[in-house]
Amino acid sequence: MNWTGRRLPRTEDPALLRGEGAFTADLAAGARAVRFLRSPYAAGRILSITAPDLPPGALLITGADLEGVGAIRPELFRFNYRAIAQPVLPRERVHFVGQPVAAVVAATPEEAEDIAETILLDIEPEDPVVTIDDALRPGTPTLHAEAPGNLVVDGTIRHPDCEAAFARADRIVELTLRSGRQNATPMEARAGLAAYDRATGRIRLTASCQMPHMLRTGIATLLGMAEADLQIVAPDVGGGFGQKMALFPEYPLLVWLARRHRGSFCWVEDRNENLIASAHSREQRHHLRAAFAADGTLLGLEADILANTGAFSCYPTTCGVEPLMALAEYPGPYRLPTYAARARALATNTCPAAPYRGVSRPVVTFGLERLMDRAAAALGIDPVALRRRNLVTEFPHVTPTGLTLDQASYVEALDRAVEAADIPAFRTRQQAARREGRYLGLGLAVFNERTGYGTPAFAARGMGIVPGYEVVDIAMTPAGEVEVRIGASPHGQGLRTALAQLAADRLGLDPSRIRVIHGDTDRTPYGWGSFASRGAVIAGGATQLAADKLAARLRRAAARLLQAEPESIALRDGAAWAGEASIPLTEIARRVHQRSEQLSDLDGFNLAETAQYDPGGTFSNACHVAEVEVDAETGHVRVLRFLVVEDAGRLLNPLIADGQVHGGVAQGIANALLEEVLYAPDGNPLTGSLADYLPPSAAEIPPIEIIHMETESPETLTGAKGLGEGGTIGAPAAIANAISDALAPFGVDITELPATPARIRALIRNAR
Amino acid sequence: MTKTPIRLTVNGVPHDIAVEPRRTLADALRDDCGLTGTHLGCEHGVCGACTVLLDGEVVRACLHFAIQADGRTIRTVEGLATPDGTLNPLQHAFWQHHGLQCGFCTPGFLMLATWLLEQEEPVDEARLRHVLSSNLCRCTGYQNILTAVRAAAQAIGKWTEAA
Amino acid sequence: MKCPPFDYHAPRSQAEALALLARHGEEGKILAGGQSLVPTMAFRLSRPASLIDINRIAELDHCRAEGGRLRIGALTRHARFERPVAPGPTGALLARAAEHIAHAPIRTRGTFCGSLAHADPASEWCCIALALGAEMRVLREGGERLVPAADWFQSVFTTALAPDELLAEVSLPLLGPDWRCGFAEFNRRAGDFALAMAVTALRLDPAGHVAEARIALGGVAGTPILAETAAASLLGAPPTPERLRAAAALAAEGFEPTEDAQVPADYRRDLVRAMTRRALEGSLAA
Ligand SMILES: Cc1cc2nc3c(=O)[nH]c(=O)nc-3n(C[C@H](O)[C@H](O)[C@H](O)COP(=O)(O)OP(=O)(O)OC[C@H]3O[C@@H](n4cnc5c(N)ncnc54)[C@H](O)[C@@H]3O)c2cc1C
Ligand code: FES
Ligand code: FES
Repeated sequence: MNWTGRRLPRTEDPALLRGEGAFTADLAAGARAVRFLRSPYAAGRILSITAPDLPPGALLITGADLEGVGAIRPELFRFNYRAIAQPVLPRERVHFVGQPVAAVVAATPEEAEDIAETILLDIEPEDPVVTIDDALRPGTPTLHAEAPGNLVVDGTIRHPDCEAAFARADRIVELTLRSGRQNATPMEARAGLAAYDRATGRIRLTASCQMPHMLRTGIATLLGMAEADLQIVAPDVGGGFGQKMALFPEYPLLVWLARRHRGSFCWVEDRNENLIASAHSREQRHHLRAAFAADGTLLGLEADILANTGAFSCYPTTCGVEPLMALAEYPGPYRLPTYAARARALATNTCPAAPYRGVSRPVVTFGLERLMDRAAAALGIDPVALRRRNLVTEFPHVTPTGLTLDQASYVEALDRAVEAADIPAFRTRQQAARREGRYLGLGLAVFNERTGYGTPAFAARGMGIVPGYEVVDIAMTPAGEVEVRIGASPHGQGLRTALAQLAADRLGLDPSRIRVIHGDTDRTPYGWGSFASRGAVIAGGATQLAADKLAARLRRAAARLLQAEPESIALRDGAAWAGEASIPLTEIARRVHQRSEQLSDLDGFNLAETAQYDPGGTFSNACHVAEVEVDAETGHVRVLRFLVVEDAGRLLNPLIADGQVHGGVAQGIANALLEEVLYAPDGNPLTGSLADYLPPSAAEIPPIEIIHMETESPETLTGAKGLGEGGTIGAPAAIANAISDALAPFGVDITELPATPARIRALIRNAR
Repeated sequence: MTKTPIRLTVNGVPHDIAVEPRRTLADALRDDCGLTGTHLGCEHGVCGACTVLLDGEVVRACLHFAIQADGRTIRTVEGLATPDGTLNPLQHAFWQHHGLQCGFCTPGFLMLATWLLEQEEPVDEARLRHVLSSNLCRCTGYQNILTAVRAAAQAIGKWTEAA
Repeated sequence: MKCPPFDYHAPRSQAEALALLARHGEEGKILAGGQSLVPTMAFRLSRPASLIDINRIAELDHCRAEGGRLRIGALTRHARFERPVAPGPTGALLARAAEHIAHAPIRTRGTFCGSLAHADPASEWCCIALALGAEMRVLREGGERLVPAADWFQSVFTTALAPDELLAEVSLPLLGPDWRCGFAEFNRRAGDFALAMAVTALRLDPAGHVAEARIALGGVAGTPILAETAAASLLGAPPTPERLRAAAALAAEGFEPTEDAQVPADYRRDLVRAMTRRALEGSLAA
């Protein structure tokens, strides 16, 4: 029975469907409520923080109370990184609107909010640095003395032959593009509940987070407490998309409160806080120059990458994550002989940047794929043919930034997509529509997605904290069920189901007998979490290894009991088989644990194994095709069709894989058309509600068609490649290209996302 | 603040609680009745995570004060499955069609769809999208939520191909 | 994001409600559907000391045709209009607009009169009220007055309503079959407030010439506004596509648009041109 590869409904779901999920805020009963006071100024000096009269039982905590508490200061040992620090609560200066400056504790959230309103924050405003241009302007204020010129990261890669490539180019294509700032906007905002256990003196922090083990290390370090005295639990987590990876100041403050006041304290972030003060992403500006030969061969690429990474550097990835990923991954799936690039992270008085699904690759793909279309037009070559000419076809392929592309299907995926999209039929429709004054467009985006990368990849970035590997502990209970404990911490990706499917096949068990345990530092081995499309690959690989080790032990025990050779034992249908003879695994489990005199000389007294996995990484790939209609009068874009040809290697559960693609594409469409965090020139956020920041509804998202290809990765144990981020990566570029195609009659194209109706109208108006 | 005693009948069970007037129905369900299946995603009426049925009408529980619901009946996600936990057909359709990922928006969508399927008029694609556009989901891209509700509508004979 | 504290009153009669309003004055506020008030309070942008919940006042729950007008009581919810509440162009126009107001679970609670009292510049009901010439029946303890739509809207979220007054009823003319009503609006996401909308009403004489014309614009200035020059330009001639287009262009020029980070002024004008033309064309196509 093969469980892997089946569209198995998820074991996670029934409880969630009954409303019996346990999200952090659902567990708050009995805890005191915490409300953060946040800076109303983008930049300023704190003169005083005073409370008139606190009602009995209420607390006000300011930076002055946090004697001995460290600052959040992640490290990066490369790319001219300047380590900047964020205090848990500042004592001197505020650096962005929304920065927590004090905390109020009261019996209920209502009361805490009432009291918070009475606190007098006396802050002397200073001139803020808000935009990329502000940050670069000579003589602009400096946010952090450690980072002169507000330059926190300045990385370069320069191949010596790049200039020569441009010198011999037949055509040089240039492009400046802007990517608006976004908020990952998980539907559950952040939340934390810190509880002091009087019996043990330990603290349990239940938090809506993606990386519980890292959070434990981070908080224990800041507070100078024993890591062993802190337990982090990630219960049901209502989406994360990267936003919940970071160590935010709110969490150490909660743990500090629980320790100091020996009680339970809960903070449930409201949507306004989440929109202005959690983490933002993707505010970047790229300038690209590409050298092409007349036949369309790409000869070289130059990129100047600027990222507005906000006021502080997020822990543990640092604010280098965006610019440096762009720096490393600009070659994309294309054969690029030579490359020169500079990537800078700029500090500004805005909400700090953190990874958001896809990190920089939605912007990189937007850049590359717009470049391809522009080059195709400039060279008079069909855009599909131009891509085909330049896509990597021989594997492994080493990119000019030193990444190794494993077996993939770049050209094949493109061809499948072109065929499924039926471009000739579309062109006919497009012509007919234009005659009626309607503007249809079709856009392609080809890309690869680096997934499932382990320690070496992160170490190469020079990170002070190097994530990567995953460890899995597996054990069979005396009653014969299997517990799989993973350090990773999924939040909606269905890993519990997919890993159970994997283990089920290795152990010959029904997945319903397998429990995957995650999100609790007391019950799982140290590990990293769910980010960077890594769950199926890394936690999957480790699960497979661990299950194999357990299977080997079961075989040895079965061989003894069935008087056969271990190699001849097969595990299936919940039993171990030697030819016709069999013994149920439940019986083996019982004997190992409870009749150990029969078996303990073989492997000891239990059925527990551990395994770790740390792969080098693999690249999945995809081609997205979008068909849009642009309303030339209003600038409105309707997505008529969205097609994804996705190659993520072997699929553990296609039902779940499809869901990942759907969700990613929807976020990508939103990135392309709707969502943008805006600031006023004084650094005040303008998008503090879901009426201003616009995640799409069902009415804006078209049906999404998916075609899977399964080029198994030779680089991963399971043959799987990650696909969690792909949807988000390709969709913005495909939409931008489709809009540009639609607007071709006006002679304008899209270089800024989101392509809001106002921007599209401005393009059309100025073209006339 | 003084609290006022009120009675909410939730999923057939009376809850006698005392609330400040400002307590929203959503907070009262969660904190006073202990029914945390109703979620809060925005508290300003946009996301629909808090959707419940109030005397049979679909409402945003974050935009309604609990005190206004005194003496009235409320249905929440906790009332959909049978007491032994068996999923109802709509929940089952969400499960089979992978209509949820993180599950945070799910209670709101289930209650919205419950209301939709209880209306007299049949459901077609346009109406399905129109009504479901009321709630936000960040994980699923809506594809499988729509598929699940479509399947549930078909199962009870409420589906029609075109209006 | 929790509301500030307030006292709660749930009067059972209009008279009781008016007495409470008189007593609480500036400090008191009517709670109707709550679909605008509660979010505003959640952001603590509004902090009334008392809320006077009118939802239990049966007298206010009516919507009927009477004397050539549609009389809409203060408890008539948006959802009521999803299907025509009266035969003829008025009921059809209301139904056409209703589906653009927020979403089903908001329409079950939000009230027509609440929208008029709240006076969001982008309210569909406000725009229609101005276009058709609504009349507001306003009560206060010991008094009653009728306010025409033209005098109702004063600025963003501000109307002629005094703090101690209750908007008990709004009436709209029930237009005859010689009227053609049109509606068009633009928003970026389903159910959101529009960035621009147009409501048009043309009366055609037997010769097919425009005998009366009203064009109202919503979401583009501090209040809904009438595009009078544009409307006048249509009079006395058949509504040809060229004339409609010209009227739309006039509408787009004849006002001072509100501007913000997402919607520059010239874009607002673009939208007005498009929405006005579409509303006019749509009204004649039907
Ligand atoms: C997500 C969302 C989207 C929305 N989208 C739209 C939209 O697209 N278009 C639109 O028009 N509206 C929209 N709304 C607002 C909604 O239509 C409200 O229902 C309406 O604005 C107010 O009506 P209400 O009955 O809810 O009033 P309430 O919220 O109860 O009251 C609003 C204000 O009016 C006063 N008031 C109410 N009734 C009376 C009365 N009878 N006499 C005196 N004063 C009174 C109140 O004191 C308060 O100041 C949206 C709301 C939400 C939450
Ligand atoms: S929580 Fe009620 S609509 Fe978002
Ligand atoms: S399933 Fe996560 S928000 Fe809908």
